[in-house]
Amino acid sequence: MHELRQDPLPAAPPAEQRRGRCIVVTSGKGGVGKTTTTANVGVALAASGARVVLVDADVGLRNLDIVLGLEARVRHHVLDVLDGHAELDDALVSDKRVPSLKLLAASQTREKDDVDTAAFKAMVDTLRERFDYVLIDCPAGIEMGFQNAIVGADEAIIVCTPEVSAVRDADRVVGLLGERVKITLIVNRLRPALVKRGKMLSVDDVNAILRLPLLGVIADEPGVIVSTNRGEPIALDASSPTGEAYRKIAGRIVGTDTSTPEIPREPSFFGKLFGGQR
Amino acid sequence: MLEFLKRLFNPEPSSVTARERLRLVLLSDHLALAPDVVESLKADLIAVMSKYVDVDIAHCDVTFEQQESVVAMLANIPILGMKAPARTPRPAAPPAVRQAQDDAPPPMSDPAPASAAVADVPEPEVTPAAVTSAPKPRRRRRRRASTKPAAAH
Repeated sequence: MHELRQDPLPAAPPAEQRRGRCIVVTSGKGGVGKTTTTANVGVALAASGARVVLVDADVGLRNLDIVLGLEARVRHHVLDVLDGHAELDDALVSDKRVPSLKLLAASQTREKDDVDTAAFKAMVDTLRERFDYVLIDCPAGIEMGFQNAIVGADEAIIVCTPEVSAVRDADRVVGLLGERVKITLIVNRLRPALVKRGKMLSVDDVNAILRLPLLGVIADEPGVIVSTNRGEPIALDASSPTGEAYRKIAGRIVGTDTSTPEIPREPSFFGKLFGGQR
Repeated sequence: MLEFLKRLFNPEPSSVTARERLRLVLLSDHLALAPDVVESLKADLIAVMSKYVDVDIAHCDVTFEQQESVVAMLANIPILGMKAPARTPRPAAPPAVRQAQDDAPPPMSDPAPASAAVADVPEPEVTPAAVTSAPKPRRRRRRRASTKPAAAH
């Protein structure tokens, strides 16, 4: 693990100008990597110097904290704040590796229907005044939890794997998000070797259907699993191509990177031999 | 070796199958999610047909069905009779309307009520005798809908 250079935090603009961007990370289908994506994109954004707060909207199935490796430091959660049992500042967990990153964890013992939509939106609006980016990790499905997660967002990142079920659900979610929300796409868990042999949908196949601006493509590779095992987001690993892909995604969100997203290629024979991670 | 044999007998890569299945299922999804579009299509179809024939509007049925390789529009529009010939007046008697029996239905599942009144309408130029000898009284109109992926969100 290589440490990334930490840029100094930018000076905060005057309060009346401040309104951070709220981006919901969503997919419809579960298990496509929403939480991993939220964690890594958030970390990469924060590492580039932006002030970022990650909000876990998956009430009842809290996971963003463990993927980030911050599970031991969560004291209060979203519903504590919404119910007035905790101050917002007390509920925000800091990340020592990336000081400009904060986490607002979901409640593990409550249900999605316990979240008051208007109160959630008001909280998101408050966060937008204090952060450059509010990233919301949306629960799977299109029910109340989804509705709450998208209510304060004006941008959405659709995470889609190259599978028929994921593409179909993503298409449905795009329809539900409507015209109001600016939508971009991350194709996750692409296996270049399978695509090459015609055994997996390609990025072009997926996006011929979804027709969204492509933010990036993440390969299905062991490094992501290993980094999640350790609670060390791969976006912090300066030597990882996948980490680099997440950092480029962050650059595209900020607008500093205008390059076309790279499609991951099959690792070379020697790469397979020596690139192993445990 | 097994892989090679499989490829020999089933030359289409599974990603192509996946692409095709997705295209069809999304077309069906979009149609199902756009009932207003289907309703206005139905209204337009009836309006066009009503220019030529009397349509039993109460018993019209337009559905979409996903089949093996295509999404088909199935329109069951009962015809009560010919419209009075307005543009090309003919001295002859109004064209005969024959109640068609469902003796030769198209080879597919039939979601339409069997009791729906259906009439086979002869072309204005065709004599009643020619109609009688027609091989298949068409009971339903079947059209292939365009299967291009729709972007109706």
